[in-house]
Amino acid sequence: MVFFTYLISGISLGSVYAIIALGYTMVYGIAKMLNFAHGDVIMVGGYICYIALNSLGLPAILAVLVAMIVCTVLGVVIEGLAYKPLRQAGSLAVLITAIGVSYFLQNAAQLIWGATPKNFTSVVHFSLPAGLMSIGLSSEALITVLACIVIMIALTTFVNRSKLGKAMRACSEDKGAAQLMGINVNRTISMTFAIGSALAAIAGVLLCSSYPVLQPTTGSMPGIKAFTAAVFGGIGSIPGAFIGGLLLGIIESLAKAYISTTLANSIVFAVLIIILLVKPTGLLGKYAPEKV
Amino acid sequence: MKNTKKIISFIVVMTMILALCSVSAFAAEGETFKIGGIGPLTGGAAIYGNAAMNGAQIAVDEINALGGVQFEFNAQDDTGVAETSVNAYNSLKDWGVQAIIGTVTTAPCISVSAEAYSDRIFMLTPSASSTDVIADKDNMYQVCFTDPNQGIASADYMAENYPDAQIAIIYKNDDAYSQGIRDTFASEAESKGLTVVYEGTFTEDTQTDFSVQVAAAQAAGADMVFLPIYYTPASVILTQANAIGYEPTFFGVDGMDGILSVEGFDASLAEGVMLLTPFSADAEDERTQNFVAAYNDLYGETPNQFAADGYDAMYILYAALQEAGCTPDMSAQDICEALVGVMPTISVDGLTGQGMTWSATGEVSKAPMAVVIKDGVYVLPEAAE
Repeated sequence: MVFFTYLISGISLGSVYAIIALGYTMVYGIAKMLNFAHGDVIMVGGYICYIALNSLGLPAILAVLVAMIVCTVLGVVIEGLAYKPLRQAGSLAVLITAIGVSYFLQNAAQLIWGATPKNFTSVVHFSLPAGLMSIGLSSEALITVLACIVIMIALTTFVNRSKLGKAMRACSEDKGAAQLMGINVNRTISMTFAIGSALAAIAGVLLCSSYPVLQPTTGSMPGIKAFTAAVFGGIGSIPGAFIGGLLLGIIESLAKAYISTTLANSIVFAVLIIILLVKPTGLLGKYAPEKV
Repeated sequence: MKNTKKIISFIVVMTMILALCSVSAFAAEGETFKIGGIGPLTGGAAIYGNAAMNGAQIAVDEINALGGVQFEFNAQDDTGVAETSVNAYNSLKDWGVQAIIGTVTTAPCISVSAEAYSDRIFMLTPSASSTDVIADKDNMYQVCFTDPNQGIASADYMAENYPDAQIAIIYKNDDAYSQGIRDTFASEAESKGLTVVYEGTFTEDTQTDFSVQVAAAQAAGADMVFLPIYYTPASVILTQANAIGYEPTFFGVDGMDGILSVEGFDASLAEGVMLLTPFSADAEDERTQNFVAAYNDLYGETPNQFAADGYDAMYILYAALQEAGCTPDMSAQDICEALVGVMPTISVDGLTGQGMTWSATGEVSKAPMAVVIKDGVYVLPEAAE
C-alpha cells in the first residue's frame, strides 16, 4: 500500500523532471548545445508566477500564462544575446556561456527578489476525494502528471506533423543542408528556445506547486537532475526525455524510501553511470557515427 | 618586567600617534564600546540573522539612551556560511571590535569562535545552540539553550503530556544543529519509554521534497512528528503533509520559530504546531510588551525568539562589562579576560528567561517553555484548549 504512495510521489517528481528534460533535449537536438541556464529559466518562471498570483492577484491560469510569456521572451533574448553570436564558435565556448547565463540569472533573481526563500502558493485549488488522498495522491501530483502527458503528446505531434516541426527535424539532422533547402536555421533555433522556455515556465510552476520553496537556486538541482534524465533517456529524443524523467523520479523516490534518504541522489547518479556504460547513447538515443 | 615596560611604551607611542592622527576619532574611541554582530542578513537563514541583529540594535539604543556607557554596534552579514562568517569576523577585527554578539547560526559560529578563541575576543552568541560552539573555548558564551538541552526538554515534554504518542522524527543529518538535537532526543525518548515509529533524514541537497518522508511517517502510524529543523524545510513538510491529508501534531524546536513570517506561506497550515521556545511575543510582562512595541515600530513585524535572544545578548554583555568594570579604552583582549572572569558569576533577567546564569563552559541555564500556534500567534498550550 505504502509502496504505491512512494511510486506516486516518484511519478509526480519524475513528471516534473520530464518536462524540464524536454527543454534540454529539444535544444540539444536542434542547436547541439547544452543549455545549462534552462534550470534557472524554471526558477524565473516560478518567481513570475508567484508575483502574478500574490502581488498582482491574477487567477492561477492567467498567472501561468504570464509566466510562460515572460519565460518565452527571456529564452529568445538569452538565445539572441548570448548564444547566437557564438553559433560558429566551438561547443565549449557555448557551454561556458550557458553556465555564465545560469549564474547571471541566479544573481539577478537574488538582486530583484532577495535571497529569502518564499513559500510558493500552489496553483492547484481543488482537492481530491479522501480515498485518493489516503494513497498519497495529491491534486498537485495529479495535475503534474496530466500536464506532463499532454505536453509530451502535443510536442511529439508538433515535431512530427507541423511544418515548423519538420524544419526542426531537418535542422537537427543537418544544418547546412537544411539551409540550402530554404529553411531559416536561425529562426528555427530561436523558435526551439521559445518552446523550451515556455515549457520551463510550466515546469517551474508545477515544481514549486509540489515543492513550495522558491529561492534563486530553486532551479539548479532539478535542472541538473532533468539534464541527467535527458541523458538517461537519450539526449535529443523527446520520448527518451519523458521516459528518462519518469524513471529518474521513481528511482529517486524508491531509493529514498527503501535504501537511504541521504544516498538517494548518489543512487540516481550511479544508475546514470551504469546505464551510460551499458548503452552510451542513453535508453532511446540513436547511435550516430561520426564521419571522418 | 622588561616586557611590560616595552608594551607600555609601545602603547604610549601608539596613543600619541593616534592622538596626532585624529584627536576627535581618538576621543570617540575612548567613550564607546565597539560591539560587533555577525549573522545571516541575507540568504536562507536571514530571518534569524536580521531578527537577532535588530533585537540587539534595540538594546543598544536603549543602553545608549540611559547615558553612561555608550555602545556602537556594527552588524556584519555572513549569509549563514562558515567561510563568509570568518570574513565578516576579520572585517570586524579591522574595525577594532571589542566584543562580538554572534554568530547567529551554528556552523559559522563553530568556525568563528575558533578564531576568536585564538585572538582572545569575547563572543556571546544569541542563538548558535550546538555544544561544539562552546566546547573548549572559555571566551564563548550562549544566550540560547544548547541542542542537548532542547532535545531532552522536547522528549520530557512529550513524555509528560503525550506519553502514548507514536513519534516520527524528520531531521537534517548533514547539519550539526539538527543531528545534535535528534541524538539527545532519541536517547531521552528511549529512557522515558516513548515510542519512535519512524526516522527520516534529509540533506542540504534534498530539502525541497519531503513527500517520501511524510508518506513514510503516515504509513508508520505516527501521530506526532518531531521536527528538529529550521523553518524553511519545515514549511515544506507542513505543505506536503497537508497535500496528502496527513494531520499529525508537529513539534518543533527553536529553529521552527520564524515559520509564521515565511513570505507566501499559508499560516493556517501551522495551526496547532507546537514548539519549544524561551520567548513568546504575547507574554504579559511589561518588558516584553515594550520590546514588542519598539520592534513593531522600527521593523514593522512582531519579533520572534531570535530578536529576543539578540536583545538579551546585548544586555548580558552590558551587565557583564559593568560587573567586570571594563572601560571602552581597554583592548579587546583585556576585555575578554575580564568578561571570562565575571560571566559565571552574574545573573541576568532577560526576555528569554529570568535569572539566567552561566557555567564556566559557556552554557546558559534557563527554562525552555512549550508554546502552540493558534490563530497565527504563539500561545501557551493551556490557553489553546
